[in-house]
Amino acid sequence: MTPTAPDAAELRRRTQEFLAAHPPATTGRADFLGARFDAGLAWVHYPEGLGGLGAPRSLQAVVDDELQAAGAPDNDPRRIGIGLGMAAPTILQFGTDEQKRRFLKPLWVGEEVWCQLFSEPGAGSDLAALGTRAVRDGDGWVVNGQKVWTSSAHLARWAILIARTDPDLPKHRGITYFVCDMTDPGVEVRPLRQITGEAEFNEVFLTDVRVPDAHRLGEVGDGWRVAQTTLMNERVAIGGLRLPREGGMIEPVARAWRERPELRTHDLHQRLLTLWVEAEVARLTGERLRQQLVAGQPGPEGSGMKLTFARLNQEISGLEVELLGEEGLLYDDWTLRRPEHVDFTGREAGYRYLRAKGNSIEGGTSEVLLNIVAERVLGLPPEPRTDKDVAWKDLSR
Amino acid sequence: MNAPSDLLYTGDLLYTEDEEALRAAVRGLLADRCDAAAVLARTESPQPHDRELWKALTEGMGLAGLLVPEGRGGQGATHREAAVILEELGRAVAPVPYVTSAVVATETLLACAGDTAAELLAALASGRTIGVLAVGLATAPDAAPVHRRAEAAHDVPACPRDEAARDAPVSPRDEAPHGNPVRHEGGALHGTVTGVADAEAADVLLVPADGGLYAVEAAQDGVTVTPQTSLDRTRPLAAVTLRGAVARPLAEDAGAAAAAVRSGLRSGAGLLTSEQLGLAEWCLAETVRYTTERHQFNRPVGSFQALKHRLARLWLDVVHTRAAARHAAAALAAGGDEPDLAAALAQAYAGPVAVRAAEEALQLHGGIGMTWEHPVHLYLKRAKADAIAFGTAGRHREALAAFVDLPAPVAP
Repeated sequence: MTPTAPDAAELRRRTQEFLAAHPPATTGRADFLGARFDAGLAWVHYPEGLGGLGAPRSLQAVVDDELQAAGAPDNDPRRIGIGLGMAAPTILQFGTDEQKRRFLKPLWVGEEVWCQLFSEPGAGSDLAALGTRAVRDGDGWVVNGQKVWTSSAHLARWAILIARTDPDLPKHRGITYFVCDMTDPGVEVRPLRQITGEAEFNEVFLTDVRVPDAHRLGEVGDGWRVAQTTLMNERVAIGGLRLPREGGMIEPVARAWRERPELRTHDLHQRLLTLWVEAEVARLTGERLRQQLVAGQPGPEGSGMKLTFARLNQEISGLEVELLGEEGLLYDDWTLRRPEHVDFTGREAGYRYLRAKGNSIEGGTSEVLLNIVAERVLGLPPEPRTDKDVAWKDLSR
Repeated sequence: MNAPSDLLYTGDLLYTEDEEALRAAVRGLLADRCDAAAVLARTESPQPHDRELWKALTEGMGLAGLLVPEGRGGQGATHREAAVILEELGRAVAPVPYVTSAVVATETLLACAGDTAAELLAALASGRTIGVLAVGLATAPDAAPVHRRAEAAHDVPACPRDEAARDAPVSPRDEAPHGNPVRHEGGALHGTVTGVADAEAADVLLVPADGGLYAVEAAQDGVTVTPQTSLDRTRPLAAVTLRGAVARPLAEDAGAAAAAVRSGLRSGAGLLTSEQLGLAEWCLAETVRYTTERHQFNRPVGSFQALKHRLARLWLDVVHTRAAARHAAAALAAGGDEPDLAAALAQAYAGPVAVRAAEEALQLHGGIGMTWEHPVHLYLKRAKADAIAFGTAGRHREALAAFVDLPAPVAP
């Protein structure tokens, strides 16, 4: 935040001025979004010239409310979630001026989709064990390896990539962070079909992919630290939503319960009430977290919310399938589809049940998150480590 | 169903600076005056309540009158501040009649009109008088025994068991469950109520009887308070027997009396969540400390993942309990319809969490947790008793089912 950072009134004034100059009704979507970025109203907490005004992040809502009321188009944030939530904050913090100028605007307006090349078949929870190699070659790098669980890879123009640049160092120290061109001929994207029948994710095979050194983010060997910024922002992005009562997975179950008395049994009633209570208490916890952030007192509570939502989504959707009885034996559609984002509400109960299984795996398994809570929040002693000071190449795999 | 605007309602779920200052003052006092060894010793003494501590909290700090407006002899604070006090009292399993006198009895009196209620309210707010609502601690807000005996009395006048009750001690089995065991006859009360928390400490009893609510001075010939051997000796129960006890009416209209009792029990239920929160926080913090220090297999036992995951899950449940407790306190302070739902929601959630916190604390302390000397059993007993106090979680879930339109199946 700069000393001259605009306040809420100033942001409202600027937004109204912007809307007067670019009426949504008569301005093309791409032009409107490009002009919004140039006016600093894209993400107001970013610096001037990079889509922002150096204002407090919490004031974005002032701009968004004005724009929404005027019927302005948005940048379809769900479609470009990885770019907005993970790539952009990392580029902002570690990128060169040239990188920020090149990447941030097309990212924000949605002209260029981003994906994330982090997880590998042999490096899931233990991400730092990754084996994709980047070898120096003149003014660039040659990358070989395999990545997995990559959403949007088939749509992406760019990827954030972490690869091993020094196998002789312990695993956390020999990693470097790059921006990878997904149109490079050495990049092969294959759909990875999930238990739901669809293919939300991809496997990505990298064969002699060339990455110019100018596309490195941060120092050589500092990639693990850079990746922490990305992963931290992933968890922040999960936090901020404000839900009404019955706003989540409990909604379709509660609706079915009210509309279809013939499905009711005493056992289901007790379980429904228990889960309703837990869902409402979780909603209040999320709201309390939001109030803490607004008050500038972020607490450690956020690190636990993903654990709660994963468990509740699974239990509630499981109850829903059972409540539906004979209908619960059916499934809406097994066609191999390529959805652009997860849509829990647009599908039937069986889909919710199966897709929710991933909630306790993606973005950090519940088991790893429990370790993080135990060690970083409660301060319990770490497990003895056998991998900290061993060169990556000597680790068992 | 609720209007859409209500569906986003949560109230302010944080603690204000004033609330934190209040917490610090109470915590400091309890650290000096109410350590675990003192609480344990008191449970085996002839006087189970800590009168000196009560005096310091009430006459010294004015905390008995938080819910009472300044114009009526109180401090003019709200349920939010009272909730913070209860967090600290729960953290110390303090043997003082705060929930019973400063919350339930006080809230009941706030709902009564008239000079008697006003006089008692000011007396309770000062802390020099302790008041207790004479219903069993297990009574849920929607089960207040105000009406039922009156209805039964019309059907069966002069029931023989009632004659016996006047002269002999009555066991709880002699009365119908949830029925009102007290009769009002010629300005005096007759009957026995069992399971009344903190009755031994009470100077005045608020007694529902035959559709009315009455104030009864405890120090009179017609009143006998008999201690019961209680699971939780930091909040001891007693049987109150009334044999022609002189009573002053607080509410003689059945509707008003029922509403007053319900209001008192509802605040008790809602704010008990904060006591359960403080209790669970103590169990978690103490277990984290112990498992960090305790070594087995050449490692702190807290470094084993099997224990870490249990403690991390418990932490998460405590985080949720804090949100539920703050929500209940905020809703009670704000009034309207939301407190019924908020109190039921909080009690449907918090009871099992506090019990699990105490059970986990005991298990993860190993053998030392099973000893009389270690304080964890005080917390287990309080947590288990709290899980029944003002209605079990299951009872509150059933109340919620009606509030949020999720009805039980009807028999075919």
